[in-house]
Amino acid sequence: MSDNGRVVRVASGQGFWGDDLEAPVRQVEGGPIDYLMLDYLAEVTMSIMQKQRARDPNAGYARDFVSLMQRIFPACIKQGVRVVTNAGGVNPRGCAEALAEAGRTAGVAGRAKVGLVTGDDLMDRLDSLLGEGHELRHMETGAPLCEVRERVQSANAYIGAAPIVRALEFGADVIVTGRSTDTALTYGPLMHEFGWAVDDVDQIAAGVVAGHINECGAQSTGGNCMIDWWQVPDLAAVGFPIVEVGADGAFVVTKHHGSGGWVTRASVTEQILYEMGDPTTYITPDVIADFTSIQLDDQGDDRVRVHGITGRARTDFLKVSIAYSAGWKATGTLTYSWPDAAAKAKAADRVLRERLDRLGLRFDEMRTELVGWDSTHGALAGEPPADLPEVQLRVGVRADERASVERFTREIAPLVLTGPPSVTGFAGGRPRVQEIMAYWPALIERSVVEPHLVVDVKEV
Amino acid sequence: MARVQLVHVAHTRSGDKGDTANVGVIAYDSEHYDLLCSQLTADRVKAHFGSMVRGDVERFELPNLGALNFLLHGALGGGGTMSLMNDAQGKVFSTALLRIEIEVPDEVARAVQGRGRMPADGAMRRSERTP
Repeated sequence: MSDNGRVVRVASGQGFWGDDLEAPVRQVEGGPIDYLMLDYLAEVTMSIMQKQRARDPNAGYARDFVSLMQRIFPACIKQGVRVVTNAGGVNPRGCAEALAEAGRTAGVAGRAKVGLVTGDDLMDRLDSLLGEGHELRHMETGAPLCEVRERVQSANAYIGAAPIVRALEFGADVIVTGRSTDTALTYGPLMHEFGWAVDDVDQIAAGVVAGHINECGAQSTGGNCMIDWWQVPDLAAVGFPIVEVGADGAFVVTKHHGSGGWVTRASVTEQILYEMGDPTTYITPDVIADFTSIQLDDQGDDRVRVHGITGRARTDFLKVSIAYSAGWKATGTLTYSWPDAAAKAKAADRVLRERLDRLGLRFDEMRTELVGWDSTHGALAGEPPADLPEVQLRVGVRADERASVERFTREIAPLVLTGPPSVTGFAGGRPRVQEIMAYWPALIERSVVEPHLVVDVKEV
Repeated sequence: MARVQLVHVAHTRSGDKGDTANVGVIAYDSEHYDLLCSQLTADRVKAHFGSMVRGDVERFELPNLGALNFLLHGALGGGGTMSLMNDAQGKVFSTALLRIEIEVPDEVARAVQGRGRMPADGAMRRSERTP
């Protein structure tokens, strides 16, 4: 029991690509931590990165991460804080190379090692996998991937903690992965520190819950916190979560002293429920965690103890995140003012639809919302009152070919002079036409992915 | 018995998985968890959302957290990048559920009055924090 009483601190520094750029700096400078995990990926993110890589083969990862490391690399090396991130997106090698360059600029050459994890990218193997009978059926619709094969732009397996653990064993100070499971960025270091094996299911499940609490940054420490939100202190300097984990998996969620936000039973519970499916069966590559086993003790002083967590053995499958081209879309907005703001917006929408119809344009979908009235609560908002001070008309279209969407974007501005009155808010120009990269979740046997994972640790 | 809006009894958090929105409902007071269980059936939640949810509604119980989790299938206009909705990722979908009215004993209705809404004197007041 040499680990008795030992605690490993894993701090969260980014909850998504675009999160508070100063948060990881505060985590490193604000007090003792052992690991900094930075989560940059979401279902939508992989598609965006894929679009960027299609335009520029050197892109396709979170560039924010590289400029961040240029700032904090020396402090991390000095304090022994090891960084684990999935910033690599669809181009982890490009990310790791840029990181090494940033490390040299930051003056850590010869003192730091970068670990690169590759092999989650299945794109080059896709046809042989399909040929071998892996149908990669859509997890919701059941459709086989061959239906959209020629439109597939990227395919990445959600990989587990094993390559992260290996990179840590090889002495990596910073580890860059592609589509690592978000939670593995937290429980990977714990498996390494405490020597948890794959059959230590309760401990790993606890690490998964810790990872789930970490993976959305301040969303567990007072950010986007619905309960008594008006009382959350100092959100301007909100502290991101830190999990202090023991060898048995039980942990405390906290944040640095003096930082803003709060850690309470309620703030942690809200995050636990975020993006939750069946709570008894939270599937990750390394374990199935049972979220109905979670026990929370609010110890006060921004400390919530989390314990009692149980898990079950992992499945033989990994989830695959596939992005495919699915047409084009655009959204246009105009603002209508009192009196009769909503009636004017609706009239403008009718005029717009009639013009699009006369032009012979056909869309797979066209959607009208009144921002300020029904865009979040739909029909539950009821009929808008006549004295609404203002409302924003928001119209979106989606189609297979770009041309009709493009033409739609040219039909918004004319409404300012040719439609109902009291309209403004067009300073932003024509709506942008966006290519849709749709998400296709599927399962694949882990045995066809894991032998291809490569861990490469190099001195900066 | 009295009818109160859910906003006074529970707080919520929502997110997305593809075209499915999840709505987590957490009782402010864990003693009210059983009320949530009996009042917020999957059928009632499905009926509340009406045409906003095209597919099924599933309900899961987390008594350990005093919470329910609902999966609303076909709620996000295709989801993620496909959706034309302002709230394409269902970030605030859960707040639409806070409008639903549930039946509670009169003393509960009195006890929860005003809970879940910002007091008129706003940030100046520091009311009790849920432990």
